[in-house]
Amino acid sequence: MDMAGSITPLSELELKILHLLQHQFPLVERPFRHMAEALALEEEAVIDCVERLYNKGLIRRFGASVNSRKVGYVSILAAAKVRPECIETIASLINAFPEVTHNYLREGEYNVWFTVIASNQERLNQILYEIELAHGLDALLRLPAKKVFKVSVKFPLIAG
Amino acid sequence: MQQDLPITSRPFHILAGKVGVSEDEFLAQIRSLRDRGIIREVNAVLRHRRIGYQANALCVWQVDEGRIDEVGNLFAGLTEVTHCYERESCPEWQYNLYTMVHAVTREACEKRIREMSELSRTENYLVFYSTQELKKITMRYF
Repeated sequence: MDMAGSITPLSELELKILHLLQHQFPLVERPFRHMAEALALEEEAVIDCVERLYNKGLIRRFGASVNSRKVGYVSILAAAKVRPECIETIASLINAFPEVTHNYLREGEYNVWFTVIASNQERLNQILYEIELAHGLDALLRLPAKKVFKVSVKFPLIAG
Repeated sequence: MQQDLPITSRPFHILAGKVGVSEDEFLAQIRSLRDRGIIREVNAVLRHRRIGYQANALCVWQVDEGRIDEVGNLFAGLTEVTHCYERESCPEWQYNLYTMVHAVTREACEKRIREMSELSRTENYLVFYSTQELKKITMRYF
């Protein structure tokens, strides 16, 4: 679980590399050398730095993100109104579904927000139906997407 | 490719070996998957709280039907907005545009959201700050 944990201080080089890594990774034989050239560094230095950042836990994932809809999956965002004393139990119940990919506690009337990705609509409906029955869950909003304007999980690290 | 890339000089060479194709063939396949939109990008996703983004808000907006594209594109153009979706609404819940807004502090986040409201002339919105990540996994499709 990722709480409001400590912020890791980073060197200028580490910031630059993290910033670059968020964008399209070079699809070439020696991608780190490609990055190194752009930074006027040695390939080895870049590889070491990326490994360090990885080991420090700053990189959550490093690879290809599959577009779920393109591979035939259905997904939904749902928001639940959960009584405070029931949050832990209901969070566990929701998290137990492997189809639940994100689950966040938020401030507000609707306080538990989660996403479900399933291979078909029936399964998705089934999951939501089960969750909705939980004791202490007072309401559930089903919020399927109509149009995606942006999904780009990149965080600016350097100015400009 | 669903697992993390090996952090080594020739990561695709290693993966190509596992699949039983040449490095060139492997790279060509990835490019093809990307061009067809099956994979979005090959990149790193960071743990944003650890790099300073401590204010993360889901902001939901009620936008007139006729202006959804205009406002959606406007919000999508902002760096602080990582996600922008139009979603189904209903009489009891009329919010139809959803944005994830991130900033280093709550003050900065609130300021940005106010600016978004002014820019888009959207007065009806709600803000839900995340306080705890209960679960976050990468879906395995294959």
